[in-house]
Amino acid sequence: MKIVLEHLTKKFISRHNKNEIVTAVNDFDFEIPDGKLIGLLGPSGCGKSTTLNLICGLETPTSGKIYFGDLDVTNLPPENRGVGMVFQNYALYPHLSVRANILFPLENLKGADRLSKEAMEEKAMEAAKLVQIDELMERKPNELSGGQQQRVAIARALVKTPGVLLLDEPLSNLDARLRLQTREQIRRIQKETGITTIFVTHDQEEAMSISDLIIVMKAGILQQMGQPQEVYNDPVNLFVAQFLGNPAINVFDGSVRDHKVYIGEDCVGERNVEDQEVSVGIRPEAFIPDEKGPFRCVFDRVETTGRDTSIVCHNEHCVSDEDVRAIVAADEKLNNKDGIIRFSLKPYKVHVFSKKDETVIHE
Amino acid sequence: MNNKNNLKGWLYLLPAMIFIGIFMVYPLFDVFVYSFEEGYNFASQTYQGIGLYNYSYVLHDPYFLQAIKNTFILVIITVPLSTTVALLISLALNSIKKLKDLFQTIFFLPYVTNTLAVGLVFMILFKKTAYSEGLVNLLLNSFGIASIDFIEGPYWAKMFVLCFYTIWIVLPFKILILTSALASVNKDYYNVARVDGTSRWRIFYKITLPMISPSLFYLVITGFIGAFKAYSDVVALFGIDLNAAGMNTIVGYVYDMLYGNSGGYPSFASAAALILFAIVLTITVINLLVSRKNVHYQ
Ligand SMILES: Nc1ncnc2c1ncn2[C@@H]1O[C@H](COP(=O)(O)OP(=O)(O)O)[C@@H](O)[C@H]1O
Ligand SMILES: [Mg+2]
Repeated sequence: MKIVLEHLTKKFISRHNKNEIVTAVNDFDFEIPDGKLIGLLGPSGCGKSTTLNLICGLETPTSGKIYFGDLDVTNLPPENRGVGMVFQNYALYPHLSVRANILFPLENLKGADRLSKEAMEEKAMEAAKLVQIDELMERKPNELSGGQQQRVAIARALVKTPGVLLLDEPLSNLDARLRLQTREQIRRIQKETGITTIFVTHDQEEAMSISDLIIVMKAGILQQMGQPQEVYNDPVNLFVAQFLGNPAINVFDGSVRDHKVYIGEDCVGERNVEDQEVSVGIRPEAFIPDEKGPFRCVFDRVETTGRDTSIVCHNEHCVSDEDVRAIVAADEKLNNKDGIIRFSLKPYKVHVFSKKDETVIHE
Repeated sequence: MNNKNNLKGWLYLLPAMIFIGIFMVYPLFDVFVYSFEEGYNFASQTYQGIGLYNYSYVLHDPYFLQAIKNTFILVIITVPLSTTVALLISLALNSIKKLKDLFQTIFFLPYVTNTLAVGLVFMILFKKTAYSEGLVNLLLNSFGIASIDFIEGPYWAKMFVLCFYTIWIVLPFKILILTSALASVNKDYYNVARVDGTSRWRIFYKITLPMISPSLFYLVITGFIGAFKAYSDVVALFGIDLNAAGMNTIVGYVYDMLYGNSGGYPSFASAAALILFAIVLTITVINLLVSRKNVHYQ
C-alpha cells in the first residue's frame, strides 16, 4: 500500500518550557511508494518517531492529511488502520509466551474477521517461521536474546498481514554483529512479504545498506528523499552531505573566484556562479595521491583498517576540528615532500555549498 | 579479611538482634509455652499440667466463636471490596490528566489523619444520641426510612458500619500503591496493543492486570493479615466491651482474656493467639499457592 502525506504537520508544547512550541514534523508532503523498504533517517530528536506515530495513528496531526492508498486515514484510530508496529524496546508482553505474544493481535479480531483457533495457530507459526523463531514458541521474552526478541516483535507486527509495517529504531538495542545480521533479516522479510515498510534509524549506514529509498530529515523538516546512492552522490545541502557517509565528508571553507572554486590558493573545481564564499565538501574517496595534483595538505599519518588505507592529514581551511581523511587504494604510492602531500580530486565527489543557506551549487 | 568483615557485620546487627530477641522472639516462644500450660495461675505463676485443654476451652467459648465469625465476615467483605474499589479509583485517577495530583492528595488524606478523628467523624455520621439522629439517619429519614441505630442496634447494622469504616481506612494506602503500579507500566505496551486493535477491556484484562499483579497480590496478602488482626478500629466504633456488643474480634478476644473485665487468663489468650496464627498462616499459604500461577514478576 502506498502512503501519501499531505502537508502533514505536528506541533507539541515543549516538554521543557510550556510557552514554547516544538514542531516535530513540519509540512511533510510526499508519497511513499508501495512495497518498498524506506529508511527514515535523521539525528536524534528530529521527529522520526513522531512521523511513525502519525502514520500509525498514535498521534493526531496538527494539520495535514495521511492517505493509505486512496483512503484518508487521518482521523482513523490506530486499531482501524491495519498497520504493524515494532517499538524500539520491542514491548513484548513479558508475562506471555512467544506464541501468546504472536497470537495476541489475531485474538483481537472480532466478528467475521475472527479466525478459528487452528487458523490462528497456523498464521502465528507462519509468521514465526518467517523470522526464524519457530523453535522458541514456548519461551518467555526474558528467556530470549535481544535479536530473538526483536524478531518476535516483528512476527507479532506481521501476523495480521498489515498493509504497512513500521519499525522504530529496530536495531539500536542490538550489538554490532547482531545488527548486521538483523538488518539483512529485515531486508529479506520485507522482500518476501512485499509489505510497505518504514524503518527509522539515526544510523546512516544502516539506512543506506538496506533501504530502497531513504528520507533524510532534520529538525522536523524533510531534507531529501531518494535512492541511497543517489542521495549520497548528490546531496541537496551541506547537512545531508555531512550526515551520509562514513567516514564523514571533509568540509572546507572555500570561495568562488572567476568561476573557479578555491580552498585557500588551491583550485579544486569549477562552478559557473558569481564570486562568493562557499563550503566545499570532499568525500574521503575523492582523493587521489598525485605529485602534480592541485590540492595540498600537511601529511600526518597513514591508518590501515582492514581493507581501507586512510591518509590522515591537516588543512588550515578544514572547518571541523578533525583531520582531513582520505581513503585510498592500499597499493597507492604516496608522494610526500617536506611533509606536504598533493592530491588530485574526483570532480563528482566534490560538492560545493552556498555559505548563505547551505544548499548545493551545481555546475 | 572476609571473616573479619563478617564479624563486623554481625556486630552491627547485634543491637537490633538483642531487641528483636527480647521483644519478639522470646514472647513468641512464651506464648507457645503458655498455650499448653493448663490451669495456669497468674498470681503464683504455677500451672497444673500440660495439654490441649486451653485450646479446647477457647474453641468451645461462645465469645470466641462469635469473634471468629465477626473476623471472617470482616475479612471476606472488606479485602476483596476495598481492593476492587481502590483499583477502580486508581484506574480513574490514572486516566485523567488535569487535577490528578489534587485528587491523589484528597484520596490520601485519610491515611495521614488521626484514627480517632476519623472515628469521631464516623460517630457524627452514624451515632444516634439523645440530641441527634446522626447524619446517615437524617438522610434515611428524608427517604422515609426509619432511623437505625448503627452503633448499638442490630448486628447487620453494626457489621455494616465496621466494614464501611475498615474499607475507608485501608483505601488510601491501596490507592497509593495501585496508582504508582499503574503509572509504572510502560506506555509502549498500551501503544502496541492499540496499534494491534486491542479492545479496552482486553487491554485491561490481558495487559494491565498481569502487569500490576505483584502489587495487587501484595495488597491482598497484607489486606488479609491486617483484617484478621482488626481490633483498634472496632474499639473506636463500639467501645471496649466488645463481647457485650457482640462485635468482638479474635485479637479483641485475646486482649480481653489478658486484661479485660474477665481477664487474667494468659493461657487462654495464648491458645486463641495461636489459633489466629494458624488461620493467618493457612490463608497466606493458600494465597501464595494461588499467586504462583497468576502473579507475574518481571
Ligand atoms: N509528546 C510530546 N510532547 C512534547 N514534545 C514531544 C513529544 N513527542 C516528541 N516531542 C518532541 O518532538 C521532537 C521530535 O521527537 P521524536 O519524534 O521522538 O524524535 P526522534 O524519534 O527523531 O528522536 C523532539 O524535540 C521531542 O522532544
Ligand atoms: Mg525516536
